[in-house]
Amino acid sequence: MEFLQPAFVFLTAAVLAVPIAKRLGLGSVLGYLIAGVIIGPVLGIVGAESEDIKHFAEFGVVMMLFLVGLELQPSMLWRMRAQLVGLGGMQVAVTALLLAGGGMALGVGWRISLATGIILSLSSTAIVLQTLNEKGLMKTPGGKSSFSVLLCQDIAVIPMIALLPLLAVADATGTDDGHGAHHSLLEGLPGYLQALIIVGVIAAIIVGGHYLLRPAFRFIASSRLREIFTAAALLLVIAIALAMNLVGLSPALGTFLAGVVLSSSEYRHELESDIDPFKGLLLGLFFITVGAGIDFNLLFGKPAIIFGLTFGVMAVKFIILAVLGKMFKLSGGDYWLFALGLAQAGEFGFVLLGFARTSAVMPAEPAALLSLVVALSMLLTPALFILHEKVIAPRMAGTGDREADVIDETGSIVIAGIGRFGQIINRILTTNGFKSVVLDHDSDLIEMIRKVGYKTYYGDATRPDLLHAAGIGEAKLFIAALDDRERQTQVVHHVAREYPDCRIIARAFDRHHVYELQNAGAHEVVRELFESSLDAGRRALVSLGMHPYHAERKAQAFRKHDFKTLAALKAAWDEAGADHKYLDQTRDHARELERVMSVEAEQHHDTTSRGWTPPPKGDALV
Amino acid sequence: MTQRKILVLFAHPQFSRSVANARIAREARDLDGVTFIDLYAAYPRFEIDVDLEQERLKAHDLILFQHPLYWYSTPSIMKEWQDLVLEYGFAYGADGHALDGKYFLNAITTGGAEQAFTRRGYQHFHIRELLTPLEQTATLCRMHYLPPYVLYAAGHAVEENRLEPHAEGYRRLLIALRDNRLNIEAAMKVKTLNGHLDELIEGAY
Repeated sequence: MEFLQPAFVFLTAAVLAVPIAKRLGLGSVLGYLIAGVIIGPVLGIVGAESEDIKHFAEFGVVMMLFLVGLELQPSMLWRMRAQLVGLGGMQVAVTALLLAGGGMALGVGWRISLATGIILSLSSTAIVLQTLNEKGLMKTPGGKSSFSVLLCQDIAVIPMIALLPLLAVADATGTDDGHGAHHSLLEGLPGYLQALIIVGVIAAIIVGGHYLLRPAFRFIASSRLREIFTAAALLLVIAIALAMNLVGLSPALGTFLAGVVLSSSEYRHELESDIDPFKGLLLGLFFITVGAGIDFNLLFGKPAIIFGLTFGVMAVKFIILAVLGKMFKLSGGDYWLFALGLAQAGEFGFVLLGFARTSAVMPAEPAALLSLVVALSMLLTPALFILHEKVIAPRMAGTGDREADVIDETGSIVIAGIGRFGQIINRILTTNGFKSVVLDHDSDLIEMIRKVGYKTYYGDATRPDLLHAAGIGEAKLFIAALDDRERQTQVVHHVAREYPDCRIIARAFDRHHVYELQNAGAHEVVRELFESSLDAGRRALVSLGMHPYHAERKAQAFRKHDFKTLAALKAAWDEAGADHKYLDQTRDHARELERVMSVEAEQHHDTTSRGWTPPPKGDALV
Repeated sequence: MTQRKILVLFAHPQFSRSVANARIAREARDLDGVTFIDLYAAYPRFEIDVDLEQERLKAHDLILFQHPLYWYSTPSIMKEWQDLVLEYGFAYGADGHALDGKYFLNAITTGGAEQAFTRRGYQHFHIRELLTPLEQTATLCRMHYLPPYVLYAAGHAVEENRLEPHAEGYRRLLIALRDNRLNIEAAMKVKTLNGHLDELIEGAY
């Protein structure tokens, strides 16, 4: 049971540090790193064993790539090919060469310089993807470009591992350090056979994933044992990683491929939710070990050199990324996200460093130094993301991820937001012959809607100049259908104040948002889920055996009562928000609803069942 | 005598396509002393507000249903209105006296021509016979049922130059009812009000 103690230490550090870091706006990655620094160099609770744990935790990266693959349909990957090869390939090649040149300029031999360049050209897939996901930036152009580069780097690790030994001074064979992939079964086979086997394994993953895994998962799923499905999902990832190791390929690449193959299967979401917690924990563990592995003695021994190198490397990477970003037409906040986000070295750097050491490319001292540079640059990355989020993105707000479209027509209606809510409104309006101008800031969505044939414009609807260009000045009607609560209120407020003649219909998230929007000046406010929930409730009553028309009447009574309550509680809410008085009144209305809905009410000619009641027997006048 | 307050309940499910009823309704919409309610506009989902409708009834002296004749009756929302609003204990029954003594009137348009609504016509019954369910409804609610004001063959009314005079007459009728200048006693004796306005309306107009 000796694993209990380290498990306790690592989990305690994570549980304490991560929520605090998150609350402080630092993100979970920095939280894990700080936790690692505290239990490692600062308190000295964990020491050398964290290196072993790190190798184990690197498996989290493999799982992450599997999950990334699950999200990526092959068609999407094919669409990314230009970015993958062009942007990613150029980033790796240019960065490696420039850093190598820098090393040589500093008087380091060309072999070590080139190895260093190659190692440092990689960025941290773990930190960047985790952070992008956490901040919801994966779908932005900046996020997608970052992902292309990271994916390309992960693929590039394979030839790097093949090339690094060629840089060795003498053909010394190091000992296998356990996670390098150079000692494969294929060693000693002729080159063409190696290539053949590698192609064969990849083909097996793709074909097997397509034709074997689905029936296998169907069989496993039919056992209805959740943990067995989880076990099967884990087994799949581990088996592929193992197979890839055997033939000397990157396990991350293999699981990524498997993920892509399974991305169109019906088990995609199940697999995702099964693997996700393991990935999260392992990655967290990995980050903790990075933090714990920082060698403070070396750091404080040569602070100038180490910090100088770290900043130098990050600056070079940043500049290259910035130039590439411009070449690939990133703009505004996305441009900065891309250039700042990928400026660090990555976890594969540790792997390659260990490999370079054992294959006698690099002596121990520079390897330890570089290892610290990699760790420090990773440690600084969350700070760069925070810089982007708090300083750069707000300034770029509005310009968003691309320039707003030039609006070449105006209509009598302006619709802000063309998500699930705005789409229906737009369709009902346009099919009835009304002209609308639609604004949205999700470029994917706009492309899709445009394909369907509706004219939509890219742009941030909260920007006054854009609203003006959309013709809000002449519009009779403004529909606020954004999916962001704050911005929704903000845009309603702006339109109501500047264009008092324009009628405003606004989408609300909940009851309190209704009041906010009414106070902001919306003429009509519609709760986005109210009618659909009510309808589901009605269907539930019917499913339970209630006569459909009776259920409809119940739903009508509910709606009527709810609107009455909504109006009645506004005064209390306006006065002091959701305070005691408001809550008391809410409870009163809830009780009233119970009375309205109750079965007894029906027997006393009360609200819901009122009507169609036969006159009582014995009234001579009837 | 003070003016009568008139409640016009209007029902036409395809208002934008209606020619005759839309034209006729225009006369009632903006007349002083007349409350005009478009039932399909007020209750697009048929969720009739019973309390509100009963309050309206109490506040008026003459209730007028204006509608096209659908299957010898009203459009469906008006039937729904009757089913819900004319409650036992409100409109009828031992304790239902809210409508006592008020007047009730139909202003309708028909597809068939006047001669169709005869024994030998294809409708076989006179319009008054076909409207007896509404007449009896008014009677059970202790209201006075006035003869209907009918535009026959509404689809041909424009080309036959009948729509304008009919709409004009509707206005005169409403004003006379409001100002208490319609000879009620004489009116009760005619089969339909159309064709008799000149003799029934007292005073110069």
